[in-house]
Amino acid sequence: MEFLTANLPYILAGISVGGQYALIAIGYTMVYGILRLINFAHGDVFMVAGLVMVYLTTVFPMWLSIPMVLVITVLLGFAIERAAYKPLRNAPRMSIMISAIGVSYLLQNCALYFTGGLAKVYPQIPWISKTVTIGGATTKMVTLITPVIAIVLIVVLVIFIKKTKIGMAMRAVSKDFETSQLMGIKINAVISATFIIGSLLAAVGSMLYFSNYASVVPTSGAMPGLKCFVAAVFGGIGSIPGAVIGAFIIGICENLIKGVGWTTFSDAFTFALLIVILLVKPTGLFGEKATDKV
Amino acid sequence: MLKINDLKVNYGGIEAVKGISFEVPEKSIVTLIGANGAGKSTTLRTIAGLIKPAAGTVTFQDEVITGKGPQEIVSRGITLVPEGRKIFPDLTVLENLRIGAYLRKDDLTDDLNWVYDLFPRLKERHWQHGGTLSGGEQQMLAVGRALMSRPKLIMMDEPSLGLAPLVVRGIFDIIREINKQGVTILLIEQNANMALQTADIGYVMETGKITMTGPGKELLANEDVKAAYLGKK
Ligand SMILES: Nc1ncnc2c1ncn2[C@@H]1O[C@H](COP(=O)(O)OP(=O)(O)OP(=O)(O)O)[C@@H](O)[C@H]1O
Ligand SMILES: [Mg+2]
Repeated sequence: MEFLTANLPYILAGISVGGQYALIAIGYTMVYGILRLINFAHGDVFMVAGLVMVYLTTVFPMWLSIPMVLVITVLLGFAIERAAYKPLRNAPRMSIMISAIGVSYLLQNCALYFTGGLAKVYPQIPWISKTVTIGGATTKMVTLITPVIAIVLIVVLVIFIKKTKIGMAMRAVSKDFETSQLMGIKINAVISATFIIGSLLAAVGSMLYFSNYASVVPTSGAMPGLKCFVAAVFGGIGSIPGAVIGAFIIGICENLIKGVGWTTFSDAFTFALLIVILLVKPTGLFGEKATDKV
Repeated sequence: MLKINDLKVNYGGIEAVKGISFEVPEKSIVTLIGANGAGKSTTLRTIAGLIKPAAGTVTFQDEVITGKGPQEIVSRGITLVPEGRKIFPDLTVLENLRIGAYLRKDDLTDDLNWVYDLFPRLKERHWQHGGTLSGGEQQMLAVGRALMSRPKLIMMDEPSLGLAPLVVRGIFDIIREINKQGVTILLIEQNANMALQTADIGYVMETGKITMTGPGKELLANEDVKAAYLGKK
């Protein structure tokens, strides 16, 4: 109990960061599930969503900027897939991975060009940047609502995939392109839908994440991107519940380590975890077991 | 109904189908038999739009459909039950059937009942994941899934592969039953005996060419066919 009260701020922060990671990690895991591609550009899409918010709010009011950020991020994710991945649909896996790395650096360098390398102050989103006190711990509203928003979106997503026709098509395409085509499914449309969902969640994640940090720089996407990728691998890449649980575990552990005073090691922990998983259980917590039956 | 004219298909440098022509009349059962690697699957996959031919035309109901994509072909009423069944293992039996009707927007109740009547086993197992079905049940599911699109022409690539003789007989009964209900059938088989008994017209394919043709019963009696495909001398 004493541990709990002493560490309450860190646990709260951990749950919150975990929620933000979960929203990003879903993008990695869904794209991997359908294309077997690690979309290295995903973290940078998240960073661009942050910068777009910075620039839009200098011109438009907040209530208009938020939906605009969502739309622009979705369009960016869609365009990246069409321009950089779709033409490589029949190319070796390695080519498309390299294309993804290329897009990642392209986005970072464009961001560098636009910002001139200066850290851009992230705008305060009214209500969610408010300070609140619970159980003696002072925190921002965003810390409390992040897990709620994350869980709601995840539940909606899972229902969407389980119950809708396009969700069913996504599950089919992730198993077998060719047979899906024989059913009349347009696989390009399904793949685009996957990128759209991933980018939308990353955009929401960026609003919650950057509200906790003061500023956005061109490399802001790199570290959270990598950590969310680790979360997805930890949970079993391709699995949505896996990515979510992986994200929360990483978020909470990281912050508890900070609580103990080993702040400098909190990032190292995440990557040590990656190595341990790859050694002990390469398929992750909920990794798909090969169920090929001939 | 379906007319193939001088169809050629290449894989890289390899000519898999070297200019074949054949016809599938409406409401008939046509079979294509031949040894491994003759190019049978390649022919069906080309008709289904999965592979683009190098030359030749595919005409369906008097319209040229050569080179069209699989969605377009399915929407015109041609479906393929692929080699090796290829059901979706993580989807339930019911979802597998529903996905067969992916392009349809109307009510599926009648079609589901139709498929369940043909394969009562699928009704019992509708909640089960496709991957947990036995091989024979998976074949039923693959055929049922293809029927859900309400095809005019159904193409089947070795539906009897790996099934016990009794189950094979069941599958052929179903093929005749589906045909009686007005669906045209193009069938590929290793089981030449059963296929020729069932078919109105048979074609024999050898290394990318059609070498023989005739009514199923006639081919069955042909000495060359007997020697090569029926293991009789
Ligand atoms: N994707 C591919 N790439 C290269 N060659 C291929 C490919 N698919 C088939 N082939 C070749 O084309 C030829 C015809 O193959 P196809 O699968 O059409 O034969 P088949 O008559 O269906 O044989 P089986 O009875 O064994 O199924 C074979 O020589 C095969 O090796
Ligand atoms: Mg074959």
